Amino acid sequence: MLSFFLSRLVSLALSLIAASIVIFLVLEVVPGDPAQFMLGMNTSPDAVEALREQLGLNAPALQRYFTWAVGLLHGEFGTSYTYKVPVAELIGARLWVSLPLAIYALTLSTLIAFPVGILAAARRNSATDVTIMGATQLGVAIPNFWFAMLLVLAFSITLRWFSAGGFPGWDAGFFVGLKALTLPAIALALPQASILARVMRSSLLDTLNEDYIRSARAKGLTRRQTLWRHALRNALIPVLTIIGLQFSFLLAGAIIIENVFFLPGLGRLVFQGITQRDLIVVKSVVMLLVFAVILVTFIVDMTYALVDPRLRRQA
Amino acid sequence: MTLLVARKLSLAIGSFEILKDVDLSVDKGEILGVIGESGSGKSMTALSIMQLLPSSARASGSITLDGVELLNKPEAEMCGIRGKDVGMVFQEPMTALNPTRTIGDQVAETVMVHRRVGRPEAMRIARETLNRVELPEARFPLDRYPHELSGGQRQRVVIAMAIALRPRLLIADEPTTALDVTTQAQILKLLKRLVDEDGMGMIFITHDLAVVADLADRIGIMKLGEVVEAGPTLEVFRKTAHPYTRALFAASSHIPKRLPPPAVGASDVPVLAIENVVREYKLPRASLFGPPKAFRAVNDVSLVVNRGENVGLVGESGCGKSTLARAIMALEPTQSGAIRLDGEAIDTGASFAARRKMQVVFQDPYGSFNPRHRVDRLVSEPFHLLGNEAPSGAERDRRIAEALEHVGLKATDAEKYIHEFSGGQRQRIAIARALIINPALIILDEAVSALDVSIRAQILDLLAELSDRLKLSYLFISHDLHVVRAITDRVLVMKSGQIVESGPTEEVFRNPQHAYTRELLAATPNLETALAGRTGG
Amino acid sequence: MTDATLPAAPASRRDSLIWSALRSRNFVVGTIITLVFVLAALVSFVWTPYDATLQDIPNKLKGPSWAHWLGTDHFGRDVLSMIMVGARTSIAVALVAVGIGAAIGTPLGLAAAAKRGSLLDEIIMRANDLVFAFPALLIAILITAVFGPGAVNAIIAIGIFNIPVFARLSRGAALSLWQREFVMAARVSGKGAVRISAEHILPNILNTLVVQATIQFSLGILAEASLAYVGLGAQPPTPSWGKMLSDAQTMIGLAPHVALAPGLAIVLTVLGVNLMGDGLRDILDPQTRRSRA
Repeated sequence: MLSFFLSRLVSLALSLIAASIVIFLVLEVVPGDPAQFMLGMNTSPDAVEALREQLGLNAPALQRYFTWAVGLLHGEFGTSYTYKVPVAELIGARLWVSLPLAIYALTLSTLIAFPVGILAAARRNSATDVTIMGATQLGVAIPNFWFAMLLVLAFSITLRWFSAGGFPGWDAGFFVGLKALTLPAIALALPQASILARVMRSSLLDTLNEDYIRSARAKGLTRRQTLWRHALRNALIPVLTIIGLQFSFLLAGAIIIENVFFLPGLGRLVFQGITQRDLIVVKSVVMLLVFAVILVTFIVDMTYALVDPRLRRQA
Repeated sequence: MTLLVARKLSLAIGSFEILKDVDLSVDKGEILGVIGESGSGKSMTALSIMQLLPSSARASGSITLDGVELLNKPEAEMCGIRGKDVGMVFQEPMTALNPTRTIGDQVAETVMVHRRVGRPEAMRIARETLNRVELPEARFPLDRYPHELSGGQRQRVVIAMAIALRPRLLIADEPTTALDVTTQAQILKLLKRLVDEDGMGMIFITHDLAVVADLADRIGIMKLGEVVEAGPTLEVFRKTAHPYTRALFAASSHIPKRLPPPAVGASDVPVLAIENVVREYKLPRASLFGPPKAFRAVNDVSLVVNRGENVGLVGESGCGKSTLARAIMALEPTQSGAIRLDGEAIDTGASFAARRKMQVVFQDPYGSFNPRHRVDRLVSEPFHLLGNEAPSGAERDRRIAEALEHVGLKATDAEKYIHEFSGGQRQRIAIARALIINPALIILDEAVSALDVSIRAQILDLLAELSDRLKLSYLFISHDLHVVRAITDRVLVMKSGQIVESGPTEEVFRNPQHAYTRELLAATPNLETALAGRTGG
Repeated sequence: MTDATLPAAPASRRDSLIWSALRSRNFVVGTIITLVFVLAALVSFVWTPYDATLQDIPNKLKGPSWAHWLGTDHFGRDVLSMIMVGARTSIAVALVAVGIGAAIGTPLGLAAAAKRGSLLDEIIMRANDLVFAFPALLIAILITAVFGPGAVNAIIAIGIFNIPVFARLSRGAALSLWQREFVMAARVSGKGAVRISAEHILPNILNTLVVQATIQFSLGILAEASLAYVGLGAQPPTPSWGKMLSDAQTMIGLAPHVALAPGLAIVLTVLGVNLMGDGLRDILDPQTRRSRA
């Protein structure tokens, strides 16, 4: 088990390094002159040169990469060009919106998807199953920002149960903050829940076809007992991967939703950074999001080993 | 009263009739052997007794267990019977157990489903049952996982799950078909002992006449959903009233007629010469700091096949025969030693000229062909080895037709797709493919193992005839001793990567020198011996 | 070799393929819906009810009527015409992006499977994992923002993320085929990895690839709509569904109908393609049939 853990850890480190190199190359080397890019076309060469000096862009690329990478390890994300404050501060503040939102959406998504997917598999080909499959087909097809607009139309404008956007801050109260995140979380959760329900159903049906299910029935277990005690646990394994992927997507995919609801989260931050050409902010947030994805993959791999005893011995 | 009686059992799935008026019965302490080839309905009969049929199945007739009607019993009551009164063992031990639960858990589950006992008591019974099936505590504690056990050991766990509550009836559906011959012998002995100890009835389903001749008190022979003959074992085998029984019997013990191999001249180059071949695989590191280990699949093997000779290579799974075969086919590298085909060296970089002396027939008639190609394209694939000399146009068609006719098919079959042919016909096409460039050596890698007994006899006849007529040499790789005995002149026995015995086939079989060869022969079920044993007792 | 299976399929493969296609409700419904939008897009090249860029301010924000079947937007433009023209962009972008993914990803996956365990395989797998680690939408936004918004850059941005999907899929499917005996037979006949990949592997994984292509296509439609929504898709005056939605958002209270049409267009197109894909899977890939509806 230890060697499995260590090998995955090494894999994680290598992925991070590779990702950081790619980010560095794409954002600092490919656009040609990052300073020129940041200032736009109509600036004087002197201004550009001044910025290059300020950002240390005249040093060789390899050196700049190492400075940046080492800085990352120390939590040094640089200073935002537009806001003139340390990026780490900006990220810290935004994280308090994006992370809870992602967790909220993931929780909703899982709470809906699991019972729905299991029910559909247990009642395969029945009217229930067909209805659920139809509903999930629809859910998968709905763009989350359009759904958000419809939610706002229904619950904010018409019913006035929720505000149409904005985030009052956690200082205003835990439930106040949660309420502000509810419509966004639902908008995010619906398509994800649809995907997850279908994956759950398909994984469960595959598992129910395995030979050991037949062995269980031959012992006298009812269909329901077989499903709960044998099929479900083994069917969860592929579902875990999807949940991991979904978490990463929610963190990064909320970029549009945060725009719709004017939430001061990471998505909004990086989007503004892109439109304002603040490469420092963009570099850091992208690196952070990639780190989150790689970390979640690592955690999912570890969970596999817990659930599936065959993975515990790697020799 | 008889333990289990099936009367006029008929089964239909959709518009297909699977079983027609099946009559079978088993008594307490009695073993009923049900024999049939694929499509005979034998497994469906077992599933009917357990009422584990697909939902689209419609059954009629009667199945009674100690007088109680099972057919169309409500599912809830059936659940009470399965595992407690009737146990079942299936064919594939590798997938019959849940990989994420311990063996103790899975055996104890049978107990907890039917009896109101706590977990400690259930585990105690599980331990006892695992001991009964010869999995002692020292090596097989209750917290072992299935992936830590071999096929034979897993099958023992499956048997334990089935008999934990000492059911009145045990149904075993081809329980040893997927196991090695030596393991099979052990499992059969175990089953017999359990039947004697518990006084339960057993229905043993198989396609192997020899196995059932030794094990069963009474047998029923099934063909296409019907029981064509039934009765006490000895009587059925001696009388063979039904033509199908006679055909089955003849096919099981069939030995094709063959000419003796040509004499080997002093200067003759052997068709295949293998000298001290070693094939090793590097294993992943067991621990982070230890040295990397290697596994020797083939350990210093030498063998020779002379022109016109048929040589057999026997061994159980994992002995290395398949690896050796792949090395001869130039598909895998060797770490040392030499392989020569008609004098030319063979390794993974071998030229077309060298490779064209050899072709292969594989085991699985359904996996041997690209489902998207027509037969003519499939059969002519080896022409690739002829490079620029490959025939085209009319000449190509002629050679394809010739190859198909050699194997008993028609030239017009070249235009069909492979899915239009049965298993036996596909193996013929595979042989045609192997013949088409007139190789000196054909490697037959378990080429008849996946075929029904009656088809197998026909294919062996074909192979023998081709070998005589076209002066082909075969390297016949198999785990099935009967088949090897029927078609080879010399045989080599392989175990753990090494050749432990070799010699003329008849001599090795009649007078085995090595302990392993003796073990193999003793474990192999033999129809005549079994029947002879019956008259005695 | 057990007989506990149902009897074999009908003899002729070609006939049964077409019949299965027509019998699959998913496939028929999905194809019809998809064709509606494809036709709308094609027809829009020769005719639309009104010029989609023609502004008619006095008639702005009118609801559906006989003159304007889907109403007008905040500039008085005919919504139906805009939907038809918008279909062009959405479908074209998604289609070409899938094409890029399949054309580049499939050979990579096949090569990795053919040389399993080698350095090439490692590199391709690692590169795949690396691309997967980057949040697709974010990077697509980044690319289109940095290199300029518009359909072409949207295609590239979305297409890049299709490549690892096809690479991983074709590698996985190819790996299991390399173990099959008919591939061994081809190797014994002296055929090399490239030839085998082309003659034996690719034709047998085509079905899986086609089904995946429909999935990626529908995802492409959603992605293009998202890009257009944040202003990074086809630029005005060319209409695009996503841009129509972002414009409609600001007046959702006043004129909800303007938000409905493009949204429904997206939903229906994606739904149609997904149903078509489900149907195709049932027809082409019956191995997976057991876990489908």
